Amino acid sequence: MEQIIFYCFAATLLFASTMVITVRNPVRAALFLILAFFTSAGIWLLLEAEFLALTLVLVYVGAVMVLFLFVVMMLDIDLAPLQEGFTKYLPLGILVAALITIEMIAVLGASHFGLDIVSSPVPHPEGYSNTKEIGLLLYTVYVYPFEIASVILTVAIVAAITLTLRKKTSKTQDISQQIKVRREDRVRLVKMDAVKKQDSDQESQS
Amino acid sequence: MIALSDFLILGALLFSLSVAGIFINRKNIIILLMCIELMLLAVNLNFIAFSHFSGDISGQIFVFFILTVAAAEAAIGLAILVALFRNLHTINVSKLDSLKG
Repeated sequence: MEQIIFYCFAATLLFASTMVITVRNPVRAALFLILAFFTSAGIWLLLEAEFLALTLVLVYVGAVMVLFLFVVMMLDIDLAPLQEGFTKYLPLGILVAALITIEMIAVLGASHFGLDIVSSPVPHPEGYSNTKEIGLLLYTVYVYPFEIASVILTVAIVAAITLTLRKKTSKTQDISQQIKVRREDRVRLVKMDAVKKQDSDQESQS
Repeated sequence: MIALSDFLILGALLFSLSVAGIFINRKNIIILLMCIELMLLAVNLNFIAFSHFSGDISGQIFVFFILTVAAAEAAIGLAILVALFRNLHTINVSKLDSLKG
């Protein structure tokens, strides 16, 4: 049963990624990429990485791919010049991809990592929590890399906002204007009494 | 049962597909970004497969960090793409030659 699911998911994943690289329309490519991410989340579930599978669906399908779709739909792209060289570089691409595949299969194939060499691990008992295990390790041993990851995300949000801000709305300093400014431009002296005069108050005090 | 080599070969196929995608879509920067995402996905698959078969959960922590960095990379890449499109009105990679590199 597991094998049937694995091979179905693997076929879907390869089909989706083939469509991502060959389809003409970037919107369709993004949609096929969503299918690829979703399918590989299923494969990660087979590998008992539940937390990461759900993270992949939430972060990638929910956030990153929506961002991709936003950008692709927002830009008015002329597709015709982008397709140049598709058939020209196709043989080279297929050649390199085939070579990489053959090399990796020679190293990673069943003769080195087959079931008789790396046996399938015993399934975890009921009540085992993948999320708890990851949390235990993440907040103790890997707490420093975890902080660095949060800093990287902060840098990313600052960089993304800075890059996309329009020049007119960005807050920049004009040094010469700051130096040229006179006292009269900034300070307005207003003569007024310290306490507002009220007739009833004065009468009672006197 | 599914062997470790099955997962590794699936990852290898995915990786080489995305390499081929970078070759054949060298003009379209959006597809290039998507191919990089696919590559990271293939690497993550390898990490998780090894983590599962060796019973060490540290590999999954690594995948967690890769996901974080990939999300940051996608955000910044798309921001650069938007800034580029505003200035040049194209996303054709062959037009990006103002640095004369």
